[in-house]
Amino acid sequence: MKLTKTLLATSYLTLTATMAVSDGHMASEMTIVSWGGAYTASQQAAYHDPYMENTGIAIINDDSSSEGIAKMRAMNEAGNITWDLVDLEAADAIRACDEGLALEIDHDADLAAAPDGTSASEDFGDMIVSECFIPQIVFSTTFGYRTDMLADGAVAPKGACDVFDLETYPGRRGLNRQPIANMEWALLCDGVAYEDVYDILETEQGQEQAFAMLDTIKSETIWWSSAAESIQLLADGEVFMASSYNGRLFAAIVEQDQPFGMAWNWQMFDLDGWVVPAGLSEERLARTMDFLNFATDTQRLADQAKYISYGPARASSAPLVGKHATLGIDMAPHMPTDPNNAENTFVNNYEWWADYRDDLDAKFQAWLAQ
Amino acid sequence: MTVMMTAAERAASKDNLIGFTMPITALLGAILGVLAGKAVGLGLPIGVLTGAVVGAVFAFVLARYFPRKLGRWFAVLTLGLVGFLTGSFGGFVAGAIAGAAIGWCAYWLFTGEYRKGVPPYATTGQVLWHNGFRLICGLIFFFLIAPILTVIPLSFNAQDFFTFTPEMLALDPAGYSLKHYEDFLTNSDWLRPLKNSLIIAPFATMISVSLGTLAAIGLSQSHVPFRQAIMAIMISPMIVPLIISATGMFFFYSQMGLWMESTFGISQSLSGYIKVILAHAALGIPFVIITVTATLVGFDQSLTRAAANMGANPTTTFFRVQMPLILPGVISGGLFAFITSFDEVVVVLFVGAAAQKTLPWQMFTGLREQISPTILAVATILVVISIGLLTTVELLRRRSERLRGMSPG
Repeated sequence: MKLTKTLLATSYLTLTATMAVSDGHMASEMTIVSWGGAYTASQQAAYHDPYMENTGIAIINDDSSSEGIAKMRAMNEAGNITWDLVDLEAADAIRACDEGLALEIDHDADLAAAPDGTSASEDFGDMIVSECFIPQIVFSTTFGYRTDMLADGAVAPKGACDVFDLETYPGRRGLNRQPIANMEWALLCDGVAYEDVYDILETEQGQEQAFAMLDTIKSETIWWSSAAESIQLLADGEVFMASSYNGRLFAAIVEQDQPFGMAWNWQMFDLDGWVVPAGLSEERLARTMDFLNFATDTQRLADQAKYISYGPARASSAPLVGKHATLGIDMAPHMPTDPNNAENTFVNNYEWWADYRDDLDAKFQAWLAQ
Repeated sequence: MTVMMTAAERAASKDNLIGFTMPITALLGAILGVLAGKAVGLGLPIGVLTGAVVGAVFAFVLARYFPRKLGRWFAVLTLGLVGFLTGSFGGFVAGAIAGAAIGWCAYWLFTGEYRKGVPPYATTGQVLWHNGFRLICGLIFFFLIAPILTVIPLSFNAQDFFTFTPEMLALDPAGYSLKHYEDFLTNSDWLRPLKNSLIIAPFATMISVSLGTLAAIGLSQSHVPFRQAIMAIMISPMIVPLIISATGMFFFYSQMGLWMESTFGISQSLSGYIKVILAHAALGIPFVIITVTATLVGFDQSLTRAAANMGANPTTTFFRVQMPLILPGVISGGLFAFITSFDEVVVVLFVGAAAQKTLPWQMFTGLREQISPTILAVATILVVISIGLLTTVELLRRRSERLRGMSPG
């Protein structure tokens, strides 16, 4: 009995001490929400690590961006904001701004100017799609395929439309379990002109046309819901080709030596960037803005491109993009914006999607369940 | 026990060999042939056919021409050699295992050993059921344990995917690595959740055990009114779907956290720990109540009256008389509470912030966003720790029972 009591008391004291010590650290911590995987790793190397070294502030990663909006709503409703900075896609950032979940910022006053003195808003240019949005990167959703599963003599797939060609490229496909990009690809590959895609997708018939096109490959499609899954499907050889984010495919091909090829045609450009949650205390807001100023300056954004093949959002960063940090290969040919890769591209119309997303999401899920 | 047969008996059982041993061994061979055919890339019919023929031939040759021990080694080595020729070292291991299975099966059937567990007068149906039952038990065990065992070799994968690579299947050392274990032990994304889990789970367990034990003792008193209703409320966290509890807890504990921060001036992260610990304690209490209540059924209430008769107050009685006797129930309840908190992902996702990220949370987001085999390395470590923990508790329990003169088990 005495032994038990001593043991209990000791462990209790140790734990309390640990908690007290850890509590001391937490005064200078910030929680940054991002996508996880290779992407968070690139952020960690390019700006989290240098910033922690400079300031002594500890950065905690929360890989929750995929449910970012839902969680921000819940936090806002409960009045308990635990996030300091959130990484969102452009369409989600617009929604967060409209709903008052994210703070509007003054890009020129809050962000660093380019080294040559160009103001931040001019440096980012069109990428600032919302008052709340601080752009980081341009990424693209494109296709990877297994080079070793290609039938003998077949030409390597070039892009989105080869997904719909079951004759030349038999085998399973991996597609994202959401309407964005899939609907546009279906129309483009069904012969709709690029300029008309969103006009047609607004109509009932247009949506039916897109679903009919998707119907042709539905039985051969495995739907993924996180980027990591799409890469895993390819790595397992469970699918012949899959849509994924170009940076993840790059990491799998170049860093992990996977037998994948890229099919860039009709890749879809999209933007990703930060939003600051509304309702932070003054002290936390000041810390977040300080980090933001550092993490989105010209050099930091160029640094990020050393670790992952996403294009920096600042015009002034582009000339600074160099070689891969550890492998020493040139990054430029792997960027979605490289002329060889960007023969046919389309830009995700985030404003259109911000309006139609909820409706099409419901229709898409219903179609999936049929 | 080896069943020895004379030459005459062996000759007499020729019918047994052709009509019984050979077909069944052929069936086993066919099943193994499906697996082998799949691994080598032959079609299903070829695999089945080859397997069946191999099984039948081995049954015949082994039973007729080899003594038991030599025959089994012969089967292992022959099939191992065949495997080695088709698939190097990995093939050798697979072939040797197949050979061992076929060799064992042939002698088990031929020598009549399959009848060993049943009385001599048992009918064919009874013998069949006896062995069928053992097969079903084996299969249940296999399906329970196989998913866990699959995780272990994958955690030594040299690649960053959940994939058995060709190098791994060939048992090539280059296909294996400890890098995911290294990642777990050096990466702050994993070390911090480990620390958090080790802070949260013991505190939550202590609270659940103290409150749960008291509640169980109270509820076992016959004079407590509305016992059934109170019991139902107390164990409701176990019955209500976790996601519903979690949603409610999110709003409740958000308010409570804000109140604690403004009233006591404690930091957001400390209040975060308190919130998660309390939420997990609430989830653990039902397990403690149920196990302790079950133990109290066997507790003789006259012992407390005897203690009171001798002048002990209720606290002394509890610690000196009742507690030692119900300790096994308390400990197993505590283990359940600990594991509930240690494994829990839904509630902590709602109630906790990233600063309180626990191991299951990190594994969950890791699975969704990253699919890194580090998760498997962590899972393997946790499996080993759980086995160690349960073994220790069981050994301690047996020791204390032995010391108190009770029979173990």
